[in-house]
Amino acid sequence: MLEIATPIALAILGLAFLLTVVRLVKGPTLPDRVVAMDLLGVLVVGFIVVLAGSTGVRAALDAAIVIALIGFVATVAYATYVERGHPE
Amino acid sequence: MSEILTAILWLLGSVVALLAALGLLRMPDVFTRMQVSTKASTLGLGCLLAGAVLQLGDLASLIHAGSIGAFIFLTTSVSAHVIARASYRAEVPLWEGTLVDERRATKRGMPGEQSEAEGK
Repeated sequence: MLEIATPIALAILGLAFLLTVVRLVKGPTLPDRVVAMDLLGVLVVGFIVVLAGSTGVRAALDAAIVIALIGFVATVAYATYVERGHPE
Repeated sequence: MSEILTAILWLLGSVVALLAALGLLRMPDVFTRMQVSTKASTLGLGCLLAGAVLQLGDLASLIHAGSIGAFIFLTTSVSAHVIARASYRAEVPLWEGTLVDERRATKRGMPGEQSEAEGK
């Protein structure tokens, strides 16, 4: 059961990743790209969590924690940059 | 039994994440895109984490996954709020079908009072 479900879940997550990258490339404004980067971070965390669960490598969960932390800090920093406007 | 539950949770979580990405691609406006991506990504990640904990099945992975979940749940709302405020301040255009814009009345008037109220 799980041998079938894991590749399907990973494939769906990869498709979501691709759609988000399309928005990241297309995004008409800078905040669109920031939102897309935020979602990309969450999707990577989900991917790592599924891999850790299916292979039993518990150390991968630590990597997921680190990526979640970095994603949050990056989003807040980008938001500060957007709010301050482009440098004159 | 737990394998079936894990499979269902993983498929559900990945489908929710796919819906979030689809909404991010299809929505007309920064603000609508943001609400789709943040809400659905927390629900999807919650399902994926629950499935991984069921599959690994020990206390250490429960603590790890619980801390990831708590962190994402807390920070997604904060970062969505920060991006929304920043993009409104940067005057990103709203969708042309937007009906209510409650900030616009206060934005024109008194900038000093507004920044005081937001400074908390």
